[in-house]
Amino acid sequence: MIQVNAMGDACPIPVVKTKNAIKEMNGAGVVETLVDNEIAVQNLTKMANQKGYGVKSEKLGENEYKVTMTIGDAAVEEIEAEEPVVCAVPAKGKNVVVVISTAQMGSGNDELGTTLMKGFIYALGQQEVLPKTILFYIGGATIPCEGSVSLEDLKSMEAQGVEILTCGTCLNFYGLSEKLAVGSVTNMYVIAEKMTQADLIVKP
Amino acid sequence: MEEKIVFCKGGGCTAKLGAGILSRVLEKLPKGPEDPNLLIGYDSKDDAAVYKVADDLAIVQTLDFFPPMVEDPYTFGKIAATNALSDIYAMGGTVKTALNIVCFPEKMDLNILGEIMRGGSEKVIEAGGTLAGGHSIADSDVKYGLSVTGTVHPDKIYSNNQGQAGDVLILTKKLGVGIVCTANRVQEASKEAMNAAIQSMTTLNKYAAEVCRDFTIHACTDVTGFSFLGHLHEMMDGRHSCIVYVDQVPVISEALDYADEFLLTAAGQRNRNHTGPFVQFEDISFAMQEVLFDPQTSGGLLIAVSKEEGELLLKRLKEIGLPASIVGEILEPSDIEIRVIHK
Repeated sequence: MIQVNAMGDACPIPVVKTKNAIKEMNGAGVVETLVDNEIAVQNLTKMANQKGYGVKSEKLGENEYKVTMTIGDAAVEEIEAEEPVVCAVPAKGKNVVVVISTAQMGSGNDELGTTLMKGFIYALGQQEVLPKTILFYIGGATIPCEGSVSLEDLKSMEAQGVEILTCGTCLNFYGLSEKLAVGSVTNMYVIAEKMTQADLIVKP
Repeated sequence: MEEKIVFCKGGGCTAKLGAGILSRVLEKLPKGPEDPNLLIGYDSKDDAAVYKVADDLAIVQTLDFFPPMVEDPYTFGKIAATNALSDIYAMGGTVKTALNIVCFPEKMDLNILGEIMRGGSEKVIEAGGTLAGGHSIADSDVKYGLSVTGTVHPDKIYSNNQGQAGDVLILTKKLGVGIVCTANRVQEASKEAMNAAIQSMTTLNKYAAEVCRDFTIHACTDVTGFSFLGHLHEMMDGRHSCIVYVDQVPVISEALDYADEFLLTAAGQRNRNHTGPFVQFEDISFAMQEVLFDPQTSGGLLIAVSKEEGELLLKRLKEIGLPASIVGEILEPSDIEIRVIHK
């Protein structure tokens, strides 16, 4: 395994350093790249996806991220063996989709429900196995938007590869189209597809 | 002049703050009493501010400065000035005066500063303007640009969002200068590609704007840091949708090769994060997507004009040597704001 320190480097240097490390390895293996910002994580992930490398990322601390790329088959096995202890990654094999359609968790008291929802999303991000996708619609559509108490938790999950999708019709309806702060906008086809293809739907 | 080695740290419009975080800050600023003479201010996302001083006269004000994106100080000065002047043209205005904005390390060779300002001043003269002063401060890094004042008739301002369904979209410069400069910074750009980028970045939008005066322009903006798709998104302004014919989009071809080598900027990824949700790519290569999100320093004009006038406008733009092209069409609003397709 090769470690690349790209802390303090502006794009495209982290990508250039990682490419050089992969070249140096000259075959299968694992390259770990340390970077200090989320955009660099995204640019590295983009490269790995295009090249067909295995990739996962984790936030080690404030302004410290690790992107692990696995090149070739041997490396994939090696990394999978240690997976449960290393960090939470999107669930392999099992397609877990979390559906959030209300701003509160449960009904009875809105204030309590809001607190519970914040707690739920935080706890979701702490799970050993993260969901593959989180869908937000109608009442839930405010949660991935500016001013939401759950933004940090959602951003951290997104950085670890969780797909976060919010219903575009709902954002338009509430006038929140410009306020979406994490993940991307989706439509009803994708929502229906994600739900029908899920192995498990979690609905708090 | 060993300072030259650290002169360029990756600048130009790639150094711009992301549109997302910026609007969050701007939204919270206190707003004073409204001045009816301020025709365009920053609650609109237009290129420059426009203030009416008489019924037939408005002033256009803009300011742009950034760190170097090329090694040669003289070329940097020309690019920075061309970029700053561009906003006046995007509003339909005429350049009148310019003020230098300079950040420069005290210990660096002053000849470098001289070269930067020589490049800038040449472009102000070419624009038909007068350099009227400036302000310089000692700073750890080099930054240069201009504050420019122009004039426009209040009825002839080019807004950036008044395009109409059925309009064609014309782009007057090639895309990809951000990626080429980034590749150049890690010594992976060819000389030809870099020359093409510099040639493009030092071409004043004045000439395109002059041709536009003979036509009824519905909307106009210059493509800069927020990328082609980012500025197109602002042009749609939630009220229209559009289709982009990707094969018609003028591109510095090497930019596609460098995008495939992942020589990408952080600003490009920020653009993708910000504008991506509004875009649907239909079988578009990764490299081309990156070029469409690439922050452009001193990019071309993006013009919305009726289909009838569009063909002739395009012909005239080509006649003056611009790599202009009809790159798309404005449509009625739809769920998908921007569709990028092969024609």
